[in-house]
Amino acid sequence: MAKAEETEDETEILKGTSAVAKGVMSVDPDVVSAYPITPQTGVVEKLSELFADGKMDGEFIKVDSEFNAASTCIGASAAGARVFSATSSQGLKLMSEPLFTASGMRLPIVMAVANRSLSAPLSIWADHTDSFAERDGGMIQFYAEDVQEAVDHVLLGYKVAETVNLPVISTFDGFILTHVQEPVNLPDEEKTSEFLPPREPKYTLDPSDPKTMGAYARPEHWMETRYEVHRALNESRDVIQAAVEEFADVFGRDYTEYGGMIDTYRAEDADYVLLALGSIAGTIREVVDDYRARGEKVGMVRPRIFRPFPAEALRDALAGKEAVGILTKEVSPGYESALAGEVKAALYSADDRPAIQDFIIGLAGRDVTKDEIGDMVEETKTTDREMDFADEESWPQLRAEIIEEEVDFK
Amino acid sequence: MSFEDPYENLKITTGAVAEPSTSQVNKTGSWRQFRPVIDPDACIGCGQCDTFCPDQAAKPVGDGDTYGIDLDYCKGCGICAKECPVDAIEMVREEA
Repeated sequence: MAKAEETEDETEILKGTSAVAKGVMSVDPDVVSAYPITPQTGVVEKLSELFADGKMDGEFIKVDSEFNAASTCIGASAAGARVFSATSSQGLKLMSEPLFTASGMRLPIVMAVANRSLSAPLSIWADHTDSFAERDGGMIQFYAEDVQEAVDHVLLGYKVAETVNLPVISTFDGFILTHVQEPVNLPDEEKTSEFLPPREPKYTLDPSDPKTMGAYARPEHWMETRYEVHRALNESRDVIQAAVEEFADVFGRDYTEYGGMIDTYRAEDADYVLLALGSIAGTIREVVDDYRARGEKVGMVRPRIFRPFPAEALRDALAGKEAVGILTKEVSPGYESALAGEVKAALYSADDRPAIQDFIIGLAGRDVTKDEIGDMVEETKTTDREMDFADEESWPQLRAEIIEEEVDFK
Repeated sequence: MSFEDPYENLKITTGAVAEPSTSQVNKTGSWRQFRPVIDPDACIGCGQCDTFCPDQAAKPVGDGDTYGIDLDYCKGCGICAKECPVDAIEMVREEA
């Protein structure tokens, strides 16, 4: 969460999707191409309205699917345009193939992703299954805690994307943030153009100077292109740090903790830390305050960015703690939570590893209450450092009474 | 047509951007199992093989009275033989 500071920007009460759309307006994209899907629809609906009302100058290109929205963004971005799209859930899956292409072609496409579960069964509610499924696509991934961050991450996303030549997905929890109304400082266009000068692509598709992009690579060349995506992701950490510092100077909102990679709350002297992505951090802050009021040293660590993974920042923030509880809205079926696996890997070489307990919670919009988070703090306190494969993760909200007692393979 | 191999001493640029037409050196016909053979006496030069060829491997010969197949790129799918209105194209198995 941004530290509150007075800025000259206008504060408005806005719905999450409208706020993101107005943030996008301030970056003046040349091309927006998207397809509606709940709970993202409000973003592109607002953008199409802003184009129709003549408040935006670029092109809104209507398409027949998310596959073609992403593909249109690839073509426009390759031609040198600043592009934007937005999607959710199944739409992100349909974009997955062209997004891997965008990453390999090193195109700075920025997208807002309103996090939503994936079918089946059909659900429109929030969890992180959709964006985690794109983990290996070579995209930078931001996670917003509130509407202000959902707006600001889009601006930061363009700054980073256009520097490192990689796509960015800026996620915010479906309904919890897309459909909530919050006070938002909208970036004024003058400041945005100071922060984000026009894109200067190294290569563009231009008939007068033809180029081949994304063509066939032989086995003796392909590995290097994948390595380059990996290297650019790794080195984007420095670019992210520079971007959040400049952002603080220009807009007065400070995301500079740990170079923008993670955000912490009363964690420095904490014995027990809860770690989570996205909007649930707001509830966790209250639980932390309740514990602190009782004199117990509980804190929170929230990765702002999932790719590149903030391994070094997490090692620094979590090593030496008694225990860490990871509250995560995804599972990698067959082996615990993907987030927990990565946090554990990041701490493997730490001198003083904390015990770690991961909790799969809040899938498909299941509400997570303060009481439940308190119970997870208590369970975290009893976690020991032994790794027991029989009981990797905890499902504190699982309703065992509505499933069969044993797996039924018939 | 012959090309210098642009893949020699290739440096990977950001996004692996390459000069135009560089993919032409990749001869993609090597795994063909059947080769189209056009009977020039039967061919009426209609160009249906060129229209339907997914690899643009069917090309007019000379002044376009007949057509030939560029075997560097033909993958032997047989669409040309299927589409030829005068059955002038026969698919012949490639020898190992």
